[in-house]
Amino acid sequence: MATRVTGTAKRGGAKAPPRADAHPAGLTRAQLLDLYYWMRLTRTLEERLVALYRQTKVVGGLFRSLGQEADAVGSAFALRREDVLSPLIRNLGSMLVKGATPVEILRQYMAKGDSPTRGRELNIHFGDTERGFIGQISPLGDMVPVMAGVTLTFKMRGEARVGLVYVGDGATSTGAFHEGINFAAVQRCPLVVVIENNGYAYSTPTHKQTLAKQFIDKAIGYGIPGEQADGNDVIATYEVTKRAVDRARAGEGVSIVELMTYRRKGHAEHDNQSYVPSGEIDKWARENDPIDRYIARLRSELGFGEGELTEIDARVRREVDEATEVAEQSPAPEPLDALVGVYAEPPREEPLWFRRGKRAAVETNERAEGWGTFSSSNGSTKAGQVAREND
Amino acid sequence: MAEVTYLEAIREALIEEMERDTNVFCLGEDIGAYGGAFKATEGLLDRFGEQRVIDTPISEVGIVGAAAGAAHMGMRPVVEMQFIDFIANAYDMLTNYVATARYRAMLPCPMVVRGPSGGYVRGGPFHSQNPEAGFIHTPGLKVVYPATAEDAKGLLKAAIRDDDCVLFFEHKYLYRRIKATMPSGDHVTPIGKARLAREGRDLSIITYAATVWKALEAAEQLEREDGLSVEVVDLRSLSPLDDDAIMSTTRKTNRVLIVHEDTRTGGIAGEITARINESCFEWLDAPVLRVTAHDVPLPYAPPLEDFVLPQTSDIVTAARTLAAY
Repeated sequence: MATRVTGTAKRGGAKAPPRADAHPAGLTRAQLLDLYYWMRLTRTLEERLVALYRQTKVVGGLFRSLGQEADAVGSAFALRREDVLSPLIRNLGSMLVKGATPVEILRQYMAKGDSPTRGRELNIHFGDTERGFIGQISPLGDMVPVMAGVTLTFKMRGEARVGLVYVGDGATSTGAFHEGINFAAVQRCPLVVVIENNGYAYSTPTHKQTLAKQFIDKAIGYGIPGEQADGNDVIATYEVTKRAVDRARAGEGVSIVELMTYRRKGHAEHDNQSYVPSGEIDKWARENDPIDRYIARLRSELGFGEGELTEIDARVRREVDEATEVAEQSPAPEPLDALVGVYAEPPREEPLWFRRGKRAAVETNERAEGWGTFSSSNGSTKAGQVAREND
Repeated sequence: MAEVTYLEAIREALIEEMERDTNVFCLGEDIGAYGGAFKATEGLLDRFGEQRVIDTPISEVGIVGAAAGAAHMGMRPVVEMQFIDFIANAYDMLTNYVATARYRAMLPCPMVVRGPSGGYVRGGPFHSQNPEAGFIHTPGLKVVYPATAEDAKGLLKAAIRDDDCVLFFEHKYLYRRIKATMPSGDHVTPIGKARLAREGRDLSIITYAATVWKALEAAEQLEREDGLSVEVVDLRSLSPLDDDAIMSTTRKTNRVLIVHEDTRTGGIAGEITARINESCFEWLDAPVLRVTAHDVPLPYAPPLEDFVLPQTSDIVTAARTLAAY
């Protein structure tokens, strides 16, 4: 998609390199570098998580956003500090932009007691209303109605705040998606619904998800605008989302934004992607990597020096190293904390009679070899077959 | 002060809470201009405007989810299910999202989902249900089901003020049949406390909602005809259950009959029986018995519905069996 060059952000007296005055999308030089930083941080942090996963330090499944960093970062970058977003499993980048920190992400994946959810939830399923992101749940589409309610509140209170909710191509098939978007549209809630069309929902390709030619066609049915953009072009992603955010803030209600991208890794790390036509992943990696594309643009068209980017790479590595060191030191949760905070009142549940006076249920929390693999026919176990059924 | 019906008591609670706290608002299907299928919200639109009395599309998932989102932002939404039967549509949103929000994400979800429930009204399979057991089973939700007009008002006010999600079941058979003079002042009934509806010595009936009145009828008949002194405990709150009240009546009469309009298998009577068994086994002079609906969908025709649901005569029969054990 052709990106518009909008405006010439003048920067007070600074001696800018020759072509750097013409910034795309009205973004400053510093903001253009920020976009690179967030994408690089997303990728490097996920690469670190892969290493930790292979060391079995990640307790559950690992979900990658490889190849989708631009759509996550660019769309979240269109929000203000006071706005609220609800991420999906491949929106690590969006959460980082909105203030989540690498150490929080690492603690979450490693099920630490001082992780944002104190070990109750997995991966990037967490939120913080102060920083403006609301943790998702696994049933897909459910966050659309929830964000309709969040933004309904903005409207009721006359606050100039906007909400953004991510759904994948798969979630568009749910009833919750439909009910939420329709309710928000009727109420003219300041909500942006970003559909990240990455080609697959787990193993199911988009053409088995819908007969619609494109997801923005659904906008017509809700009486709202829909716009599509190249999700692997971070600036295009920013611009299209910004337009929808501006409409929402101006009181013009809900928009659908469809970002065309591609999921280069499986649903989770265990997924061998056997269902993907051969060559498809390589082609996207070779020709349409969002970070490679952005580097090329920053260097050639926007006049950034190589050193500016490698400096960011080094900063990101340092930050991820430091975060890893801190997160690995974090303690496991105290078992009795499992009974705290189901309700405001009562604040904790009582241990059941057979567990009274005990601090832990078992000596070690290692998952037994062959756990869940007992065969009903001969009582033997099929060892090694299950490893990560929670993925 | 004049008597008000169970339905009017619900409306009074809504009005008082909306006046007390501007964060309280109502949303549901046909609740605005029409005033709701049973007129529970009649007059609210004129009084509070369409910002706070929101007519919604037919979207149980959408409106329960939207209530949750608004609750996260500090609002106190009250959702009306046009009939509580339709709460099944929002089961995922309530059990997966709302019930877990505080625990998994430290996100408070102070909201109420209320709606007309229960049978004895010839409503057929989709306008008569008692789906409370499915939600009692879900940690993170609270469930109340008042039998009296006073409790309808007091519990709804408590539910709106509670910092977690409360499912408020209203029995539609009682809407216009039950009246009371409301206690004066800010009348709030605490969640989690049962009510002693009738004192007795010989046996206890533990029940809630419409069958409280059937149990009271049965108790009178048993006293008149058998000389039996029957205690009736109205649970009012189903989650949390008032274990103290259940155990204290068990220790007092040593014979317990549990009555509910919900179907038998997986109904809350089984849970109460198990708790009595665990805590008060040595106090029992007889097995705990149940009178419940039969395990079938609720049929429409009067002879069918009456056969499926527990009747006063069933309670009398069961109580006599228990007393003679």
